[in-house]
Amino acid sequence: MKCRVCREPAIIDVRRQNANYCTEHFLRMCRDQVTKAIERHDMLSPGDAVLVAVSGGKDSLALWDLLLDLGYRADGLYIGLGIGEYSDASGACARAFAEARDATLVEVDLRTRYGFDIPNGAKAARRAPCSACGLAKRHVFDEAARLGGYDVVVTGHNLDDEAAVLFGNVLRWQTEYLGRQQPVLPARDGFPKKAKPLIRLGEREMAAYCVVRGIDYIVEECPMAAGNRHLGYKEALNQLEATSPGTKFAFYHEFLDKAAERFVGEADDAREALVACDSCGAPTPSGTCAFCRLTARAQVEIRA
Amino acid sequence: MQVVLRNPRREVEIQGPISVVALLGRLGINRESVLVIKGDTIVPGDAMLDDDDCVELRPVISGGAA
Repeated sequence: MKCRVCREPAIIDVRRQNANYCTEHFLRMCRDQVTKAIERHDMLSPGDAVLVAVSGGKDSLALWDLLLDLGYRADGLYIGLGIGEYSDASGACARAFAEARDATLVEVDLRTRYGFDIPNGAKAARRAPCSACGLAKRHVFDEAARLGGYDVVVTGHNLDDEAAVLFGNVLRWQTEYLGRQQPVLPARDGFPKKAKPLIRLGEREMAAYCVVRGIDYIVEECPMAAGNRHLGYKEALNQLEATSPGTKFAFYHEFLDKAAERFVGEADDAREALVACDSCGAPTPSGTCAFCRLTARAQVEIRA
Repeated sequence: MQVVLRNPRREVEIQGPISVVALLGRLGINRESVLVIKGDTIVPGDAMLDDDDCVELRPVISGGAA
């Protein structure tokens, strides 16, 4: 197997590109794909203060590394979710990376700041753990960006993540969600600008990037995510990809090119109805936002 | 050879020599879902693995629904 660029021995095949790469040209390909995503979707501008949502996993640490190498002013935000040893290990990976790169890591611990963690918060709110986790993360991202004066929050959602979300939204024709599935969401009504610069790279490439760069990331899956629907969608798409390389890329990127615009109106209609949360001031459809309700329920249950 | 799998962590013995692609096929593992790692190095699909090698099949699929 030889590198498509230099014909030296390759370390990895990227079947959807019908290409193999040596270490040097694999890293260059990753940087080029991130640059292309940023430029094509107007994700970042030079000089932007960027906040990278860091989980300690491969995608977010690879993204942080790539943005620093590309010259962006990028700090990390790590949220302590209180998921036992998993959170301990993921936090250690995030801190080790920040120290190694001499980068700034902002930390928010849910238990310390809000009085609950994901296991007991999900139980109190009667939400699936991934749903409670997503709700809490989105709230903390928004708040940290606002308080820290960051121009944009970037997340490590990769091609596989976006294709799986799209697959789920299409299976159930969740048109409002389809309208929101954009690689960039502009700042609006209390929400910071958000961007996903890894949408042109798969998660196998992100794992390989970390191995090649010597980035220590948490390999173990979150114990609360096991068996969730999203992972099932990824497995189904990988079955298709195995026999037809490029399927995931075409599915997601052709959605962006040919269909996404048709659903944007539905998401806009939902957003226009937002008011400020009567507790924290964050945008919400009415009254108290879902995060403040989750916090209140969890605190009551923990006290009981 | 010793093959280390994750989530949950376990080890299996497979007789070498065998190519990476054949190893994954024998274990019924989709190439899209793992990296094959020997030491600190990624092993490409066409590489041959010897009987005395030790490799890790590292899963790359991750993430919750949020």
